[in-house]
Amino acid sequence: MNILVCLKQVPDTETQIKIAPDGMSIATENIKWIINPYDEYAVEEALRIKEKFGGEVTIIGVGPKRVTESIRTALAMGADKGILVDDPAITGSDSLGIARILSAVIKDLDYDIILCGKQGVDDDYGIVGSILAELLGIPQISVVIKVEVSEDASTVKAHREVEGGTLVIESALPALITAQKGLNEPRYASLPGIMKAKKKPLDAKTIADLGLDASQVGENGAKIKIKQITPPEERKAGKIVEGETPQEMAANLTRLLHEEAKVI
Amino acid sequence: MAELKLFKGGEFLITDALPEEVFTPEDFTNEQRLIAKSAEEFGLGELAPRRDELEELNEELLKSLLRSAGELGLLSTDMPEIYGGSELDKVSSVLVTEKINQGIGGFLLAYGVQTGIGSLPIVFFGTPEQKKKYLPKLASGEMIGAYALTESAHGSDALTAETTAVLSEDGKYYIVNGQKQFISNAGFCDLILTYAQVDGTQFTGFIIERKWDGISVDEEEKKMGMHGGSTRSIIFQDVKVPVENVLGEVGRGHIVALNTLNIGRYKLGAATVGVCKFLIADAIKYAKTRIQFGRPISQFGLIKHKIAEMVIKIYVNESIGYRIAGLLDLALQGIDPSSENAGKKTGEALRKYALECSINKVFGSEVLDYTVDECVQIMGGYGYIQDNLIESAYRDSRINRIWEGTNEINRLLIVDRLMKASMKGELPLLDAVKAVMEDLMSYRPSMSEEEGLLEKEQKMVAHAKKMGLLAAGAATKKYMDKLANEQEVVALIADIIIEIFAMESALLRARKKFQKDGEEKSKIHIAATRVYINDSFQRVDIMTKQVFAAISEGEELRTQLMGLKKFARFTPINTIALRREIADSVIPVARYNLTKI
Ligand SMILES: Cc1cc2nc3c(=O)[nH]c(=O)nc-3n(C[C@H](O)[C@H](O)[C@H](O)COP(=O)(O)OP(=O)(O)OC[C@H]3O[C@@H](n4cnc5c(N)ncnc54)[C@H](O)[C@@H]3O)c2cc1C
Ligand SMILES: Cc1cc2nc3c(=O)[nH]c(=O)nc-3n(C[C@H](O)[C@H](O)[C@H](O)COP(=O)(O)OP(=O)(O)OC[C@H]3O[C@@H](n4cnc5c(N)ncnc54)[C@H](O)[C@@H]3O)c2cc1C
Repeated sequence: MNILVCLKQVPDTETQIKIAPDGMSIATENIKWIINPYDEYAVEEALRIKEKFGGEVTIIGVGPKRVTESIRTALAMGADKGILVDDPAITGSDSLGIARILSAVIKDLDYDIILCGKQGVDDDYGIVGSILAELLGIPQISVVIKVEVSEDASTVKAHREVEGGTLVIESALPALITAQKGLNEPRYASLPGIMKAKKKPLDAKTIADLGLDASQVGENGAKIKIKQITPPEERKAGKIVEGETPQEMAANLTRLLHEEAKVI
Repeated sequence: MAELKLFKGGEFLITDALPEEVFTPEDFTNEQRLIAKSAEEFGLGELAPRRDELEELNEELLKSLLRSAGELGLLSTDMPEIYGGSELDKVSSVLVTEKINQGIGGFLLAYGVQTGIGSLPIVFFGTPEQKKKYLPKLASGEMIGAYALTESAHGSDALTAETTAVLSEDGKYYIVNGQKQFISNAGFCDLILTYAQVDGTQFTGFIIERKWDGISVDEEEKKMGMHGGSTRSIIFQDVKVPVENVLGEVGRGHIVALNTLNIGRYKLGAATVGVCKFLIADAIKYAKTRIQFGRPISQFGLIKHKIAEMVIKIYVNESIGYRIAGLLDLALQGIDPSSENAGKKTGEALRKYALECSINKVFGSEVLDYTVDECVQIMGGYGYIQDNLIESAYRDSRINRIWEGTNEINRLLIVDRLMKASMKGELPLLDAVKAVMEDLMSYRPSMSEEEGLLEKEQKMVAHAKKMGLLAAGAATKKYMDKLANEQEVVALIADIIIEIFAMESALLRARKKFQKDGEEKSKIHIAATRVYINDSFQRVDIMTKQVFAAISEGEELRTQLMGLKKFARFTPINTIALRREIADSVIPVARYNLTKI
């Protein structure tokens, strides 16, 4: 099976985010970059499918050169090759623009299944996977916690958690699946894996290579525009409920919830 | 760009390296960064969440964690690929050791033995059969290694061990009898690398399998720290060791033992970097939230001083460690790890840098002890209470000045190695001393104060080397081959050498960074380097005076001191302002951030 994984690089969730002077983006200096955690589940699932069915895992990333490092990490985990679309015209792309770029890469590839994270933990739009499936004209199953490819590799069954139960959705392949937390436990890159990754192919492509026009991507192609980014309000200090015994504490808590928080 | 240069062991004392000739943490390749991240992720993902559990000895957990590390190749960075190793360069190996260390003493003990003294003797001195039999299992963690050198009556003086090995009548076995003391991993090891005297005098290495008859262990030692690790005595009673399991040659056990310690030493240096970085982050976080007198204590000058001083020391420690790792990689270039005599060649190459490895061990263990002490202090009374991880880190730290050769022994070794290199003609030390003496006659200190960035520091390091050479020269002239008897003088000279290597390593790194990234992006590197050199230079001055005062008097002493003064002149800088700048750069991010991975 040929498996494609779309990978985004995001700031480490532990990074202290600073807003850039323009008020519309974040300051990128001093940021530690990581693979988007949901995409990491996608990479792991791709490797597991490959281990069962054979084939190849290709990682596709969009962004500046530093994204190479995240793609290399995925290669070190066991993926076979990488493609990075790096072009100044990409800056300012919205989800549609990114999906357009990905679909331009993918339309010429031979694939059975595409895996994405359900959303990027940076801007949390959660729609690139869906738009991409739409542009490619293939089925998609989103927010998935379990993937079962049929023995003959012609269909896939995916599980999605819904309020009070699980939806099991079946689709013909090729299809696109977006990964939710709980899908698997991603492996670490092993040291021999890292050394092998050095020799795996990683192609760089530009917008022109993909036959795209600069007006379709970046700010020009964007349907949405970020007006302003503001930091969340600072959290007020918590309150420790006092009391000698559990009973006393519970009584105090109910009183506080009733009198101060006014929620009961 | 110029290439890294292969300097000889100890050559730094007489040659001024260029920044581009030494390896610095700014030179990590992409693969090295990924390797570091992989080790760090393992530390953060697998070890850190089990911190409390690992505080007490849990042999099964340790074994399973070692096996997980083995699966990722983290146990075998120094082992050839053909024996199941990850076969990495020394810089990567040091990075792994640094990054896997998230301040968990018990794991560090087990891991340190497994990847260092508990397996490397086989890597370097094992026969192909021994390597094939044992290395893959040590690499995967299926077998746990231990290294049993120390005996109750033979610690620092280990080569005079009393354990005996007697060849059986049929010549197939050695019968080993004796007792080894303080053996780490003893409680759950599968393999014991040990030493015994053949025919009473021939000190010899042996590979012993724990499951063989006649081996028992005593109770766990109740240690000051490293409670999560196992340390016991091992007793050998008529243990039949096949002759194939002699490690190295009969009577050449000292070669095995000493070379192994060499590696252990620079790896120990690497481990201290990791632990220090972990602890300082914790201390800064605490200082930012601890309010006294209406302010977070991180805003007080004295706390900033502590934070800055830790940052500086970590910076220098790191500069030393990776400079040496880079040097070792150059020295090992061209040795095919899978070739028959690779181990021997590797051992020989590493032995040439024994001086540098000892510096790394002494400096690293003392920086760690400084760091744990100041972290306790920043936390005040809370740092003294067991719930806080600094409390155990404080205890764990102490052993590092004792094992892998006590810091006293390592100081003696530094000077011993230097004198031998000089005597063997490997290092033209006497010529260098002579040149400094001549220089002294004609030397006029320059009056100009206008100097470029770090140029003054460059001059100070060059002068410190001259001061060191004067001290070493005067001491050898006075005591000749009896110098070793004057331990206090020897230790002073060792400390001067350590300071010189430390200053220069930081200086070269900061200059390299500055040349590449410009002044603005190198500000804190430069500040740390300037403060360190300012203080270290004065220590060198004092120690040199102590040496002179110990060996000369009257007119001779006065002449020596006058000469010294020429090199020792300098105008102190405002270290208070610089330390504040350093502290203010790390407090917002709450971690040591001078090295980017
Ligand atoms: C927790 C722990 C784990 C250990 N793990 C291992 C292990 O796995 N394998 C192993 O083989 N050993 C191990 N050791 C032993 C350790 O290596 C020794 O403790 C160390 O080598 C020092 O030996 P000693 O304790 O006998 O001290 P001694 O040699 O008695 O030294 C006592 C003091 O005298 C000083 N001294 C000794 N000789 C001289 C001299 N010539 N000149 C000046 N000063 C001198 C020393 O510097 C020291 O300050 C471990 C020890 C501990 C505590
Ligand atoms: C074993 C033990 C026994 C004790 N026994 C007693 C007892 O019997 N009775 C009692 O009353 N107390 C007792 N104490 C408390 C002890 O006196 C306090 O821990 C001590 O006064 C320090 O206070 P702190 O721990 O809150 O540290 P903090 O005051 O929070 O200090 C933390 C750090 O900040 C520094 N710092 C604080 N303020 C400033 C400033 N303005 N400028 C610069 N640096 C500053 C401190 O020097 C320290 O390094 C005990 C503590 C321990 C651990």
